[in-house]
Amino acid sequence: MAFVVGGLYAAAIYMMLRRSIVKLVIGLVLLSNAANLLIFTASGLTRGAPPLINAGDVLPPGISADPLAQALILTAIVIGFGVLAFAVVLIHRAFEVVGVDDMDKMKDTDT
Amino acid sequence: MLYAILSTFVLAALAPWVHQQAGRHSGWVLALLPAGLFLYFARFLPAINAGEVVVLVTPWMPGLDIQLSFLVDGLSLLFALLISGIGFFIVSYAGRYLEKSRDLGRFYVLILSFMGSMLGLVLADNLVAMFVFWELTSVTSYLLIGYNHEDLKARKAALQGLIVTVAGGLALLAGIVMLAIAGGSYELSEILNSGDAVREHALYLPLLILILLGAFTKSAQVPFHFWLPNAMAAPTPVSAYLHSATMVKAGVYLLARLNPSLGGTEVWFTVLALFGAATMFTGVFLAFRSTGIKSVLAYSTVMALGTLTMLIGIGTETALLAAMAFLLAHSLYKGALFLVAGILDHEAGAKDFLQTGGLRAALPVTSAFAILAALSLGGIVPLFGFVAKELMLESVLGAPGWVPLLALLAIASAILGVAVAAIVGIRPWFGKRVEMPKQPHEAPPALIAGPAVLASLGLIFGLGPGLAEGGILAAAARAVNGGEPVDAYLSLWHGLNWPLAISTVALVLGLLLYRHWDRARAALAWMETAAKYGPERAYDWMMDGVVRVSEWQTRLLQSGYLRYYIMFIILTTAAMVGMTARIHGVSVGPLHLDDLRFYELTIVSVMVASALFAVLSRSRLAAVAALGSFGFTVALMFVMFSAADVGITQILVETLTVILLVLVLFRLPGFLGLSSRWIKLRDASVALAAGGMITLLLISTHNARGFDSIAWYFIEESVPSGYGRNIVNVILVDFRALDTLGEIFVLALAAVGVYAMIRFRAEDKKS
Repeated sequence: MAFVVGGLYAAAIYMMLRRSIVKLVIGLVLLSNAANLLIFTASGLTRGAPPLINAGDVLPPGISADPLAQALILTAIVIGFGVLAFAVVLIHRAFEVVGVDDMDKMKDTDT
Repeated sequence: MLYAILSTFVLAALAPWVHQQAGRHSGWVLALLPAGLFLYFARFLPAINAGEVVVLVTPWMPGLDIQLSFLVDGLSLLFALLISGIGFFIVSYAGRYLEKSRDLGRFYVLILSFMGSMLGLVLADNLVAMFVFWELTSVTSYLLIGYNHEDLKARKAALQGLIVTVAGGLALLAGIVMLAIAGGSYELSEILNSGDAVREHALYLPLLILILLGAFTKSAQVPFHFWLPNAMAAPTPVSAYLHSATMVKAGVYLLARLNPSLGGTEVWFTVLALFGAATMFTGVFLAFRSTGIKSVLAYSTVMALGTLTMLIGIGTETALLAAMAFLLAHSLYKGALFLVAGILDHEAGAKDFLQTGGLRAALPVTSAFAILAALSLGGIVPLFGFVAKELMLESVLGAPGWVPLLALLAIASAILGVAVAAIVGIRPWFGKRVEMPKQPHEAPPALIAGPAVLASLGLIFGLGPGLAEGGILAAAARAVNGGEPVDAYLSLWHGLNWPLAISTVALVLGLLLYRHWDRARAALAWMETAAKYGPERAYDWMMDGVVRVSEWQTRLLQSGYLRYYIMFIILTTAAMVGMTARIHGVSVGPLHLDDLRFYELTIVSVMVASALFAVLSRSRLAAVAALGSFGFTVALMFVMFSAADVGITQILVETLTVILLVLVLFRLPGFLGLSSRWIKLRDASVALAAGGMITLLLISTHNARGFDSIAWYFIEESVPSGYGRNIVNVILVDFRALDTLGEIFVLALAAVGVYAMIRFRAEDKKS
């Protein structure tokens, strides 16, 4: 799993280093997923033991997956989506105003 | 004590208001505070003279073991009295001198805060507190020197003073920390009692060098002397204050203060005596060469500071008493003379000694006190300057080493000193009347009060040196000597001995030099070109260098290309993580690859394949589709590894993402093939380096579980406190509800942003 997450990071960063803004967006999506998977993996992978408690019990039966990491990721997914939506609309708007999608041509503030 | 020092800052904040209310007499009103402080400090005198040391403690940052403690002994009391006493005259003087300046209110703020910082500096017992006050004096003096902020020269001089002293302050900070390590405490009162431990500590040499750097820059020792004469761009009252009792004396104070714990070693003596003697001679020589009233006085301050450093370096009991006496004498006559220089400028418009002459008739009172102060400067009987100089010469002759060199420099300085005193005390007042820019007339009482009292004190202490000695100097010298009373005394008549002979010869030769002043200066004209290659040149060169380096660095780092920013950040992080991993070693335990199930492998392969496809695809739609499949495989991963809620959310969000991307991306142009093969390769290697770093990190965290997960708390408390069986949900809406609220807030902000941007576009189109 570690190699997969590392590979995803590499892919995301590669996309973010491109000049095309559309590729930047794709890089952003990849990066937020990769980050979630990073936290998920770091908290330890547990098969078939969701952090649920049976009715009447106080503790989950046996070992359960780490609920804290899951809660964090849940938050992160939602926020990631918010950021993405904002970024996409911002880029779209920037493209409309500036008329280029080459990052290098966007570096002047007065265009 | 704390309130005494705080009161200056409080009054500083109120000063503009007081100035508005009191109008023309604001100087006198505000001067009441230094006067009150002077009396307050004077109340300590009997106890201090009886040999007591008062330590007052107020907790400040108890957690860091830093407290606002104050140490009152002879040395700090001498300084506190000088600062508040001369401060009284400066503030009242400034009220009249700068009457027409529209920024007088601001001036009061600065001078009072400066006074407070200075008081804090000399009275602080805690090294950290002392350092804070030390830096405050640098900052406030910067503002004071640059008071005429519309003048380019003043701004440049202020910046120069700031950079030199703050650079020294940085060294001092490092030195202080080392001193605290060596001495085992941040309290001066404790460090001073552990002198042997400090001197034998392995850090002694580095900490000595660092502290000396701080003291030498502050006290304008060679080769850092250049900032002080430039600092006279400040208004005259400021120069008078900086030169006489404060700022530049801070370095001397530090040396004297730390003498019991740092002094007495070979290095201490050699460095201080040689640098001090060199500074002494350089200062008086440059003073003799100058003609500007303030620059002559400024260079003679450099001489005095050199003398003090040398005396503390010599460190014999006679030398320590001589240092304290010289300090007092110098503060008195230099304060008086600078104030007289201000009067000359204010009442006669004179800024250069060459413009002046025969002013005695027009300014009878001022001239009398100016001559008195100048006599003290020259070290002539029966003034206090003479007493101090005799003792200084005696200690030089009794120095533990380098006697011929030190004596030679001291005699040469004494001769030139007499000549400088003659320039100050004879040139403007006697001789032919010269036409002045302004019609000269006598100064008002507010301007004369300072020179009058300070110069008269020089005479009184000269006639009765026991008064000064018993009053405070003996106690001060005892403090510098580490609490032991010094076996030396002050007197006007020491009998027929070498110092007296030297003084007499110096008087004669000095007056001869003065007679031929113009010719001597002409003979020294070649120095003007040589001076261009002095330490100031090095300073300018360094400043230019800093500007050039920062320009280069800005061009390199602030290129304006987003991808280069990202690249720098990523490479730096990867390099730093890599370094840490290398230094501390990373344990890569056994990888449990055999534990993988077949279907897991399939899903992961699909995930990686779709991510790769999204990266490599040339079509936007294909890339978005690949992203979608990638997102769903991630959701599957979550579900498989016991995170059902996360999986559900991921599926929902992923669907939305794909829809959003499809909607928006079609309004955007297709991919551009902008990069060359080489650049792609470079970016790919950067990306792979970062990816590799993440992999390494993840593997190492897997094997490094230092402590139990805090999740156990949530698992155990979920039902009893949260009344919920889905622990993840309980965490989100109960334990970490505030985070969730923040999340909602972020989403709302994003939504508002998106809405605003779409809305504006619509309006743009309409118009």
